[in-house]
Amino acid sequence: MSEQQAESLPGVDRAVELGLTKPEYARIVELIAREPNEVELAMFSLLWSEHCAYKHSKKVLRRLPTEGDRLLMGVGENAGAVEVAGLAVAFKVESHNHPSAVEPFQGAATGVGGILRDVIALGARPIAMLNSLRFGHPSSPRSRWLLDRAVAGIGHYGNSIGVATVGGEIHFDPSYESNCLINAMCVGIADPDRLMRCAATGVGNRVILFGALTGRDGIGGASVLASAELGDDDADKRPTVQIGDPFAEKKVLEASLELIDADLLVALQDLGAAGLTSSASEMAAQGGVGLDIDVANVPLREQGMEPFEIMVSESQERMLAIVEPSKVAAVLEVCERWELLASDIGEVTEGDRMRILVGDNVVGDIPVTTLVDDCPLYDLAPAPPEHGLYPAPPADLPEEADHRDTLIALLSGANIASRRPVFQQYDQIVQARTVRRPDEADAAVLALPVGENGIRPAIAVSIDGNARRVAANPEGGALEAVLECAANLACVGAEPLGLTNCLNFGNPEKPHVAWQLINSVEGIAVGCEALGIPVVGGNVSLYNEGPDGPILPTPVIGMVGEMPDATKTSSSGFLTDGQAVALVGPFSPNLVSSELAARRGQAPQGELPSLDISAVIAAHHAVRDGVRSGAIQTAHDISEGGLGVALAECTAVAGIGCDVTLPEFTDAALFGESPGQGFVIAGDAAAIAAIPGARVVGTTGGGNLVVSAEDGASFSVPVAEVQAARDGGLTAYLP
Amino acid sequence: MKVLVLIRPKQGILDPQGQTVERALPALGFEGVTDVRIGRLVELEVTDPSKLDELCEQLLANTLIEDFEIQIQED
Repeated sequence: MSEQQAESLPGVDRAVELGLTKPEYARIVELIAREPNEVELAMFSLLWSEHCAYKHSKKVLRRLPTEGDRLLMGVGENAGAVEVAGLAVAFKVESHNHPSAVEPFQGAATGVGGILRDVIALGARPIAMLNSLRFGHPSSPRSRWLLDRAVAGIGHYGNSIGVATVGGEIHFDPSYESNCLINAMCVGIADPDRLMRCAATGVGNRVILFGALTGRDGIGGASVLASAELGDDDADKRPTVQIGDPFAEKKVLEASLELIDADLLVALQDLGAAGLTSSASEMAAQGGVGLDIDVANVPLREQGMEPFEIMVSESQERMLAIVEPSKVAAVLEVCERWELLASDIGEVTEGDRMRILVGDNVVGDIPVTTLVDDCPLYDLAPAPPEHGLYPAPPADLPEEADHRDTLIALLSGANIASRRPVFQQYDQIVQARTVRRPDEADAAVLALPVGENGIRPAIAVSIDGNARRVAANPEGGALEAVLECAANLACVGAEPLGLTNCLNFGNPEKPHVAWQLINSVEGIAVGCEALGIPVVGGNVSLYNEGPDGPILPTPVIGMVGEMPDATKTSSSGFLTDGQAVALVGPFSPNLVSSELAARRGQAPQGELPSLDISAVIAAHHAVRDGVRSGAIQTAHDISEGGLGVALAECTAVAGIGCDVTLPEFTDAALFGESPGQGFVIAGDAAAIAAIPGARVVGTTGGGNLVVSAEDGASFSVPVAEVQAARDGGLTAYLP
Repeated sequence: MKVLVLIRPKQGILDPQGQTVERALPALGFEGVTDVRIGRLVELEVTDPSKLDELCEQLLANTLIEDFEIQIQED
């Protein structure tokens, strides 16, 4: 069917209002050989959206490695999982950017709730949360409001449900002014033999919806389908803001795990974006079956909801399960004990029809494959930009400032200052697994149950992204983000096992954004291959744009690593006087797209130096092995603000100074960046000297950070001043 | 003058507090109570009531999810 023919279809205008293109609508009409009705159109508009169909990113994502020795569950399931010490460690990162820009407290809270349910759906108990946040410049009142409310929302949900928030990162850049990023990562543990899949199987099996009631939450775009009698005066009846209820989620969590433990479920899936529509069709598609869903049996919070509203509602804290008929009564009983509503809303059928019923009335009937697999996938038209895409940020740090003043200015800047005012709002230790928490080490460390050998293993988790470097060079910057995450794990003695990514980009139909996306994915793939780890799952968030153009390309990497012994780990700060301080790694610092360059008002552009991946990985191994053997007591990766800031951070943790002499004393040597490629380590002199590649530069001790050049130049800062600068930097922007 | 501001969750918005109370009532023997919605009451003493709407929109109520109603009490 041509676009002209599509033009003449009566339903085309509504389809376009719902976000479908005319050719897409024409394709739907061709596939089902008629125009879709209201219910079907609502379902298509959501499942054929970027969010569900990944229509602009799916082809690009095929580049990512998805296989690994330790992989238990990968892409296509609710979350990925790797094997650690006989347990399945499930994890995934997901974005909740657009809802958070509207209502940051509830947006961030329901973002946390959503990623928790992904992990719960695997049958895993969530043990840790991390998050990656991006806001506009902190001098903007709106950015400060978003920061304050998003952090409060994350704390509200995570603290209430009893899952520790153990790590994260926050960056400020003007490009996020009208489009903040809220990415949340959840980590859970499960018995590998009981991992739950999401494929609906077994014709005749029942479809059980349990959890909260279904209301008109999050019915955004689809509300144009609302019946005519609801005019503007009734706008209140069409709320789009979803409210999170962490106590309801706690009940969903406990009930889900009990149902899986008792072997009562065939499959389980959470309800997230696109609600019942998305969950039911994914389960059917994965299982190669059809489903009948009777919306008359869905328990409602509001009167008079129409079938399409029930199908697309994004009410939170709900799960969909496939249950054998003989076990339905037992499932309902477990849900009742947890004070959860549960209802039998349908049946697994032969064939591949997704049928929506109201009692005996069929109100929607479409092939599952059409809904899930037939959405057109688009090729991107990438083009490298001829000049920088992003304006120079306002300069607030003069080039003529000396090293000492530059260091203090960097430490007290919002992008580098201590995150204490944020993470102290989070419960970091609930469940009593946290061995290392924020500001104690470069990655969070969580203990696992004691093994048969009497030793307690652990996992380390980290989340990272450095969008300014990605803006300068998408492939190089994304590779650095992967390496930096792995470096964080190396610092605590962990070996990476898998990563999850959240790809936050602008409009992929713009050639320059397409170029950023394709090359960033390439960088992540190169990093995965170098580390020998798979991508276990993730999320893509596109069309993050403000009036001034796209956000910085922001691939966020979450990584999980293994530690054989939870007690063999490190601190990110100097612990005692008189230890040797050394540098490890093929660190080639440069100021391109660095924090210092931003503070000096330079746009994020320029050439990143090429890096020697095998030398970087060798350095990671040297640090990891040194930490595990106890030779290294302090390990800190050199990231934003470069070596100067890394040394200052090492002194700030326990208030122990150091005296180091460096071969180079330029701005680039002191504050240049090369993320994931260099470390500051400390320990007993003899042990440090034996670390492969370690270059001893000084000793710990005293009350000052003293940095000297071999030619005699030097500067010195009292550690108390370092601490004050770091501690005050973010506090200034919070209420 | 004394002003009362009544703030309520918007119609249709999930109200976990109201739901919890509604669920707890039958356990205490109070049957037949439905549609419990919980908001809050703010009491203010103001000299200039002209900015009350703005004040409510900016601070007292989150107008994305809440409605407010201003009641001015005569002295």
